[in-house]
Amino acid sequence: MEHITLPKILHHHIAAVEKSALTSMGHPLLLHCKNFRTAHFVFGSEWECHEVHASLLKLSQPVRPEELYAFSYNPKSSKDDREMGWKMIDLKSDYKRMGVPNDYWQITDANKNYEVCSTYPPEIVIPKAASKAIVMGCAKFRSRGRIPVLSYFYKENNAAICRCSQPLSGFGSRCLEDEQMLQAISQANPASPFIYVVDTRPKLNAIANRAAGKGYENEDNYANIRFRFIGIENIHVMRGSLQKLLEVCEMKVPSMSDFLAGLENSGWLKHIKTIMDAGIFLAKAVKVEKASVLVHCSDGWDRTAQVCSLAGILLDPFYRTFEGLMVLIEREWISMGHKFSQRCAHLDGDPKEVSPVFTQFLECIWQLMEQFPCAFEFNELFLLEIHDHVFSCQFGNFIGTCHKEREELKIFERTHSLWPFLLQKKTEFRNPLYKGITAYGVLHPNTLPFSFQFWCGMYHRFDKGMHPKQSMLDCLLHLLNRQVKMKEDMTHLETKLPGLNVLSLEDPCIQPQTESALSKPLKNLPPDIPQSSDQLPPALLPSGSLTGEGDALPDLSPKQKQSVFTSNQPPSSGNRGQHQEEKHQ
Amino acid sequence: MEFSELIRTGRAEAFLLPGPGQSPVRGTLCITSHHLLLSAGHGSPSDLWLLLRNVDAVEKRAAGNSGTITLKCKDLNVLQLEIEGLEETLDIAGSIEALSSLESVTTSYPFFYRPQSLKLGEAEDLHPPDHFYQQVALETNGWRLSTVNRDFNVCASYPPALVVPRGIGDEVLARSARFRQGGRFPVLCYYHSINGTVMLRSSQPLQGANRRRCAEDEELLKAALALGGGRGLVLDTRSAQAVKQARITGGGTEAKAAYSGWKRLHRPLERGRPLQDSFVRLVEACTDPSLSMDRWLSRLDGCRWLTHVKEALTIACLAAQGMDREGVCILVHGAEGTDVTLLVTSLTQLILDPKCRTLRGFQSLLEREWIQAGHPFQQRCAHSAYAQGRPKHEAPIFLLFLDCVWQLSRQFPLSLEFGEGMLLALFEHAYASPFGTFLCNSEKERYLCEVKTKTHSLWSSLNQSKERKRLCNPIYSPNPLALWPSVEPQSLQLWAGLFLRWTRPPEPAQEAWEQLWKIVTEREVADPL
Repeated sequence: MEHITLPKILHHHIAAVEKSALTSMGHPLLLHCKNFRTAHFVFGSEWECHEVHASLLKLSQPVRPEELYAFSYNPKSSKDDREMGWKMIDLKSDYKRMGVPNDYWQITDANKNYEVCSTYPPEIVIPKAASKAIVMGCAKFRSRGRIPVLSYFYKENNAAICRCSQPLSGFGSRCLEDEQMLQAISQANPASPFIYVVDTRPKLNAIANRAAGKGYENEDNYANIRFRFIGIENIHVMRGSLQKLLEVCEMKVPSMSDFLAGLENSGWLKHIKTIMDAGIFLAKAVKVEKASVLVHCSDGWDRTAQVCSLAGILLDPFYRTFEGLMVLIEREWISMGHKFSQRCAHLDGDPKEVSPVFTQFLECIWQLMEQFPCAFEFNELFLLEIHDHVFSCQFGNFIGTCHKEREELKIFERTHSLWPFLLQKKTEFRNPLYKGITAYGVLHPNTLPFSFQFWCGMYHRFDKGMHPKQSMLDCLLHLLNRQVKMKEDMTHLETKLPGLNVLSLEDPCIQPQTESALSKPLKNLPPDIPQSSDQLPPALLPSGSLTGEGDALPDLSPKQKQSVFTSNQPPSSGNRGQHQEEKHQ
Repeated sequence: MEFSELIRTGRAEAFLLPGPGQSPVRGTLCITSHHLLLSAGHGSPSDLWLLLRNVDAVEKRAAGNSGTITLKCKDLNVLQLEIEGLEETLDIAGSIEALSSLESVTTSYPFFYRPQSLKLGEAEDLHPPDHFYQQVALETNGWRLSTVNRDFNVCASYPPALVVPRGIGDEVLARSARFRQGGRFPVLCYYHSINGTVMLRSSQPLQGANRRRCAEDEELLKAALALGGGRGLVLDTRSAQAVKQARITGGGTEAKAAYSGWKRLHRPLERGRPLQDSFVRLVEACTDPSLSMDRWLSRLDGCRWLTHVKEALTIACLAAQGMDREGVCILVHGAEGTDVTLLVTSLTQLILDPKCRTLRGFQSLLEREWIQAGHPFQQRCAHSAYAQGRPKHEAPIFLLFLDCVWQLSRQFPLSLEFGEGMLLALFEHAYASPFGTFLCNSEKERYLCEVKTKTHSLWSSLNQSKERKRLCNPIYSPNPLALWPSVEPQSLQLWAGLFLRWTRPPEPAQEAWEQLWKIVTEREVADPL
């Protein structure tokens, strides 16, 4: 199988490989990728198709972590650079930026041997008033020992966002230390007489958990808490919802009504809205009511991570910068034990553990970027790139399920960190409209249903035919980069040629470049426009997911190239034929 | 003056409730012949100046000794006024209702509006009717400018000058006109200079149940085809079934046997009442804050507005593709030929012709393909989405066109010289305007009302340099190619800037627009060309 190369499709990105029935063109093989690419191949012989199918199945679902790409990826950087890369994101300095430690909060290594909680990092932030006994007692009362710890501290008013897992309250169990822990969190914000306890699950789910000895806080047992349910559905519902959304995306020639009905039926945007509403609830509680919030779901590593990190983005402009988003993902997702490895199916495992929880978080950011085009330092491509690497396993950051596991896998010694790699490409990921960190304080997004859009750039990322035909982003980035370059040139010239008129020197050389800059996006157009009259303009083509796949083809051997191109015909060419027939009847 | 009889109370104390993008105002409310003015005194910047023509519906509610008036505007804004005194409330509501629904054109505000910065009579100079012909004549000798309609006797909804095949005499045109509904015989509306194909438009032929024919009409289309390359396509914007219905009442379509070289394609587009209903239902959904996500998506689907956008763009692409790729001449018509026909012909030109994509070129396109071509603006835009009672002739065909243009501008953000601001302004002015440009239903009516000499042109106002930042696209870069939009459902979006304009705070989008301008102008400063 050595001669088969799949340029630009990483094995780790393959979510499913499907063989289908023989067609007149040969034996079709369909790849569904985790980054929502679909690729169609046609093989001349059944045996070849079968072999490729089997190999890809195996390659895309490694069994042992050591087989993951990150352990063999070698960018030829020095050992020092690699180590520096891992040190680039420093959670402690972000705590410091928030104002922690302070009179109320301490950073402790209480979990250094993972004796409090195996899925938490060694260092956690807890109220100063929480003694070792409280911590240990509380851990016994929280599912998997995930005790309340600080997620975000809003130094303007001392309100805090904390996170944990569900209490093992069952039908009436109590735990003094747990009650003391919540008391300590409450007392760490003296200005507020109460704290919110937010259970992000639907009430029914939480009640059902009581039968298993888990559940939720009883308001009577805790002093001064206000308890709320938010109603975000669980990972299984979200997985099903995404599946339905992707089915809509794969419809051939959908009508507007097919699409909108499918979108509604998938429930996807409804779930996104619920998550956004929860984030807003937290941000409002902290900012407006000046109250601290304790958030949990069941285990506190899916919905809780979504909601806490989203609240951070709403509250703090820092998290809308490159560095801020990286820190936020490291803290709320990676270090707090979001089970990337299972949710993203890095390894062959239980399909019921797979769920697009992190994708939803990225989408919430994108929805915010749509509403506030000038508030984020990065653009959509940055989110897509992160999304790619969550699945690619090229870097160690998202491998494993928690810090302890990453230590055992020697991630920090044997693999590279994603963040320096991303920052190298910062110029393509920046948002030209960004107005700076001080321009917006707390974001107040509109969450009426019409404020949520279908994210074509994510779910149809590889169907270039559906995207705007010219990119405003490219155009603006080009302008900005030229500005930067010109300023550099100018300073350079000024220092080199003192006394000369700089402007007159520049004129002749700038004009042609500027023009080429502006016409560049236009030059990209012709491929989209059919050259011969027997082809229809792209507008009338069915939405085959094949459109735009051309960019992945150039490296194929002539044989495959041909077979892929023939497969590029829409399976049901009825639509095309119709236009032609009716015209010439 | 008759206005004074309609103003029952001219003055009251009132409070304007805040809304998105609307700061509250407390002060004195005045009703004049054409305006509602609410001023806090001293000419404060938040004063409300509302053109009464903009009011689509008035709702009043009494509460004790005061009342609330809700003004639902044609630009989709909703204003709530609290007014002191019950009688005053009722009187003012009554006055607004009466003044906002006056039918007389010559007493409308454009006949009184006299801004200092503009001169009367400029409209004629901006887009003279024969300017388009001169452009065509530069490319080909096959066509001529006919003045057969100089007295509006041949066709009441056509302008005096029309472009027709050179070999066709005026008497043939007049006879063809008698065979077409409303006298709208086929005329040239676009010459595709790349391959010499042409686009024509007309109304339906009056074929009737007896399948009548008209030799002159056939001669006219034959001559047009000979000039345009020999192959033709009649794009009928109705279904074959609808044409059958039309035949019973005297209408019809081109019979294949009678027009050799012409093929026919039925591509039905929604129009009239169903389109107006679609608009009303969309606006209802957009202004209902209680909707869940599911309900919203189902109502967005149910109102079918985006379906209409998709279909209009698809048919325009089909026509453009026929001309550009297959060298086919296109004749577009439905029934009257004054509504979706113009939607298709104008969109096709925008897709194919870079000249239509500049600020001035777009204005010429509108002037030629909508205003002079006889789209009955006064009837279609008499009411917007909030009007109570059954609509008579209202239909948002022009708004649908603007929405399609907006979709194009989203997919080709560098290729149109004008921005969303221009499209919003056109929407507003089509429904209520201090300018005369969109008044009346045809050139004939405009001539009779002396619109061109007694009112100001919208174009002269829009072309003032102070409007540039609002209307123009800072990253415009002329694109010589055709704009083939994607019409996949995933590629089309609800036009939030228009339909959600008053339900969402406008600041973020405004800031983005300003930031865009800033980036480009900074470049110009750094880049002294």
